[in-house]
Order: sequence, then C-alpha cells, then structure tokens
Amino acid sequence: MNVIVKATVAMLAAVMVVACSEQGASVKSPGASAPPAASGGPATPQEQGGESGAAQTSPIGGQGGMQGDELSNPDSPLHQRVVYFDFDKSNIKDQFEPLLKAHAAYLADHPDVHVTLEGNTDERGTREYNMALGERRAKSVYQYLTLLGVAPSQLKTISYGEERPAALGHDESAWSKNRRVELDYGNQ
Amino acid sequence: MLRNRVVYLALSLCLMAASPAGRAALTIEITQGIEGAQPIAVVPFGWDGAGQPPQDVAGIIAADLKRSGQFSPLASSDFISQPHDNDRIQFHDWRLLGAPNLVVGTVRPEGVGYRVLFRLYDIYKETQLIGYSIPTTPAELRHTAHHISDMIYESLTGEPGAFDTRIAYVTEVRDAAGKSRYSLMVADADGYNPRAALSSTQPIMSPAWSPDGKRLAYVSFENGRPEIYIQELATQRRQRISAYEGLNGAPAFSPDGTHLALVLSKDGNPEIYIMDLANRSLRRLTHNIAIDTEPAWTPDGKNIVFTSDRGGGPQIYQKPARGGDVRRLSFEGEYNARAAVSSNGQLVAMVDGHDGKFRIAVLDRSNGTMRVLTDNTLDESPSFAPNGRMIIYATQVGNKGVLEAVSVDGRIHQRLGERTGDAREPAWSPFIQ
Repeated sequence: MNVIVKATVAMLAAVMVVACSEQGASVKSPGASAPPAASGGPATPQEQGGESGAAQTSPIGGQGGMQGDELSNPDSPLHQRVVYFDFDKSNIKDQFEPLLKAHAAYLADHPDVHVTLEGNTDERGTREYNMALGERRAKSVYQYLTLLGVAPSQLKTISYGEERPAALGHDESAWSKNRRVELDYGNQ
Repeated sequence: MLRNRVVYLALSLCLMAASPAGRAALTIEITQGIEGAQPIAVVPFGWDGAGQPPQDVAGIIAADLKRSGQFSPLASSDFISQPHDNDRIQFHDWRLLGAPNLVVGTVRPEGVGYRVLFRLYDIYKETQLIGYSIPTTPAELRHTAHHISDMIYESLTGEPGAFDTRIAYVTEVRDAAGKSRYSLMVADADGYNPRAALSSTQPIMSPAWSPDGKRLAYVSFENGRPEIYIQELATQRRQRISAYEGLNGAPAFSPDGTHLALVLSKDGNPEIYIMDLANRSLRRLTHNIAIDTEPAWTPDGKNIVFTSDRGGGPQIYQKPARGGDVRRLSFEGEYNARAAVSSNGQLVAMVDGHDGKFRIAVLDRSNGTMRVLTDNTLDESPSFAPNGRMIIYATQVGNKGVLEAVSVDGRIHQRLGERTGDAREPAWSPFIQ
C-alpha cells in the first residue's frame, strides 16, 4: 500500500515538474508570417485558453476514455474540425484561430493522438494547381499547430484539391464550403 | 490494328462494363459555327454482301466532316442518283446541287473482313482527287471510315484530319447514396466505342497520352493518396511509377516518350521534376517556394511550359527542360494556368481567369497576342487535337460536367454530351500509329 502511495506521489510530482517546465517554455502566438519555432516546447492547455481543461488530468490516469468523450462532445470546440479559406488563399483567418488553438492544446496534451489535415479547394481554376493549393492549405494548418506545440509526428497532411467537394453546387455558397482543411482524427 | 480488340483491365480494381460497341457515350453537336461550311455530297456506300451493311460508312464520314465545322454534307434525299463507282457519275447532275465535291464508295466482303473502296471527286473539274481501296476487319470498320474522313479532309483543306484519333477523359457518377464512382474513359474522337481503362471509388485525375498513343499516365487516389500510374491500353498492364510523400501529379510524357515531367512535393512544396522512364531517376527542374505545377512539353522537347504562382497569382512560365532561365509567358488576366502546347509549338492554350470567369484562351507565340475563345465560367483542361485545329476542354453546363471543343480560331463550337454523370479532363490522343 505504502509503496503504491509513494509511487503515485512521486509520479504526480514528476508530472508537476514537467508541467512547470512546459509553462516556462514560451510559445509565441502564431502570427500568419511567424516562422516555425524550432526550439519551442509543447504548449499547455492553460496557456492556450483552457478550453481543454477537462483533459489536464488524463496523462496521469490514462487517456482512453477521456479523449473519446472530449472529441465527441458536441459542445467542445474540438467538435469543429473544418477551417475555411478565401479563394486562392491559404492563410488562417482570425476567426479560426480559437478552433485551431483548442485542437493544438488537445493534441499537445495527447501526444499519442494523430490527426490528418486534409486540404481542399473549390472547383474554380485548374485541377492540379488546386491539388497544390489544397496541400498549401493543409501545410498552413500544420505549421499553425506545430507552432502551438503539436509534435510533427502527430500530424499528416494530404491534399484532395477540388476532387472531394463538401458541397456540390456551382456558386459561392458551395465554393465557400469547399475551400477548407478538415482535421480528421480517424477512429480516435 | 488491335485497337478495337483492346481489353482494358484495372488491376485490383473493378472492371467496368463498357457500353455496347458502336454506341456513343458522347453525343456531339455543333453549337456554333455551322455557317460558312462548304457543302459536300457523300453518297451512301454500296454494299456487296448479303443483308444489311455492317456500318453506314458514308454516314460516319458525313458526320465527321460536319463535326469539323468546315463541311456541310447534303441530305442524301436530295441526290438524283446514288452511284457507287466512277462509271455512272453524271457530273452535270451533281453540279446542280451546288456542292463542289462528291464522295462515293463501296463496302465489299473479303475473307473474314471487308474491303472499302472510295473516291473523292471535284465536280466542277470532273476529276477524281483521291481514290483508295482499303482492307479492314469488322472491328476496325468504324476506324477505316474515320481514316477515309481524314484523307478527304486532308485532300480538301491541305491539313491532316484528326478524325481517326481518340479522347481520354474522366467521368464521375454519383449513386443515389451520393457515393462516387470514377472512371478513366477512352473513346473514339466521335464519342463512339467508349471503354473504361480504369474504374475506382477514389478520384482519378490528369490523364496524359504517350506520344505513340499506346499508353496513358494518370493520377489515382486508389490507395488513399495521389499516385502516378502508366497503363498500356492494349495489354492492360500498368505500373505505379511515382508514390512519393506528398503530391504526385500532373504527368506529361516528353515528345520522344523517354521522359515524364511530373509534380512532386516531397521536398516541401510542389516542384516540377523530369523522370527518366528507363530507370525512374528524377531530376528536379524548378526551385521556388511558390507552387510550380502543370508541366507541358514544347513539341521539340526542349522546354517545359508550366503554371507557377511565384509572381503572386498563377501564371504561365517556361523553362528549358535541361535547366536554365525561367521566362514568363502570360501577362493578361489575374489567373492563367494549365497550359497545353499545339503540335507546331505556336499556340499555347490555357485556362484564363478574369472577373470570376474561367475560360479557354490561346496565346499566339508568334506575335504574343492572347485570345479568349470561350464564354463560359468554369472551363478547364484544354487539350489540342493532334492536327492543331481544335481544342477540347471541360466545362460546367447546368449542374453537369461536360466536354466541349472549340476551333483555334474561335469560330466553331461543339458540345460532347456525356449521357451519365460528369465528364472532365479530356486529353486528345496523338495521331494513332
């Protein structure tokens, strides 16, 4: 009994030390033009606004149940998994920063979780250029998330160009839904 | 001449049932430019066999000539007589119809196949311009008819015809549940004999012909990501030739068929590479943090024309295929992409985005002028006929992806209506050897 308690206390202490040192690492707010922080440590949920506060304890208790619940909670910002773009643009618009920050915090806090960033475009323009543009959008989100401390090993990018539209129309209301990056957590 | 006996098979993918032979998947109508076409009399061919003739050869020829926009075949009901050979032609009767030229011919059973004889006359001079006797097979009879159209066209216009060629294109058909099925199709240039070379539940993109017309390179997402394959149409054999991390796209065979230009993003962003097909070694051609994509070879094989947004938005550039200085070619419009180069190298077709409309434009390199040929909003994928007269491209009409063609002078417009689903990314074959 005693041994287990001592071990638990030691683990908690270790976690606290790690947490403190992480808080010490400064993570710059990722401006659109900021280069990737090569030496930046992972961000903690607290730093990123505490949207994922519920996940804080999970490193101690194991993460299986918690992450499933959080990702599937419709009220969580993690439930929103699409970032939209302007025509022929790949910069992250201000309105999508909170969403990406929530995902960054979650991913930084769950290093075993992987996500695929799927870049897409609207149907206008040419198909192979749009493949390249979709990839550029996916990489734009990739860069944003890694700046916030997500490990590159947790992220994969793929472009579908204009080949997989979310909306089938041929007007701006459809196009605006198709110029997007989807965060795909797979079956997690 | 194995073309019609070709069996297309998609390894590990579904083999899609082809439409019955002789049926058109694409119906072709001329939407603009019929006025000014020259009348021509094409008399129904004689048939020396039993029963019904196997194909209406004269009908195929008349449809080809009409489709070119340069000829206007007369209705056969106007003909006073229907000669099949030279001995019974009364030139003064034909002169009354106002057509300067007359085509007559016969199909004759011979062994397991046929012999097609035809003659082209100048009615006013009362002379035969050309006449040939061509052995063929039942499976090749339509191609023989197209071949005759090519000979008539060349005799009367001085330019080679492109009727006996093919078109590759991609179709997407959505089922009731919204699930898509993509097919890489190959049809005759008149839309007949469509065959699926590949069918998949995942997107297929960017078909490109080898210069001998025997192979297609394309992009397939069948493994969940874009990879480049080369497929031999006659033998069903195919090879995956590029599956690097990131983009694998926009394949384009060099004019001598030994190299493939392609786009890879394995080094961080999309760049154009040249692959030696003998050993698959890669040479990187572009070095720019911008998007470089959609390479097209000039016919001499010396230059690569491509799309880059290095200047802020997509424009057309050129770089020597062996490396060297980059030159910008397009200057008008905020969006110019996906260049195709005509077989004589003089014209560069591209998608021109202007005021929210994406249309087909042609740059004449001899004088630098750019001319918009279409008046749609969502045109893409221009591809020249091998004789350089027409450009086939994809567009949206209503809610349907269709193929259209326009003559390089902008006068003649055709629509090729796919019966089911969306058609896109047409690639006109080279002359079939």
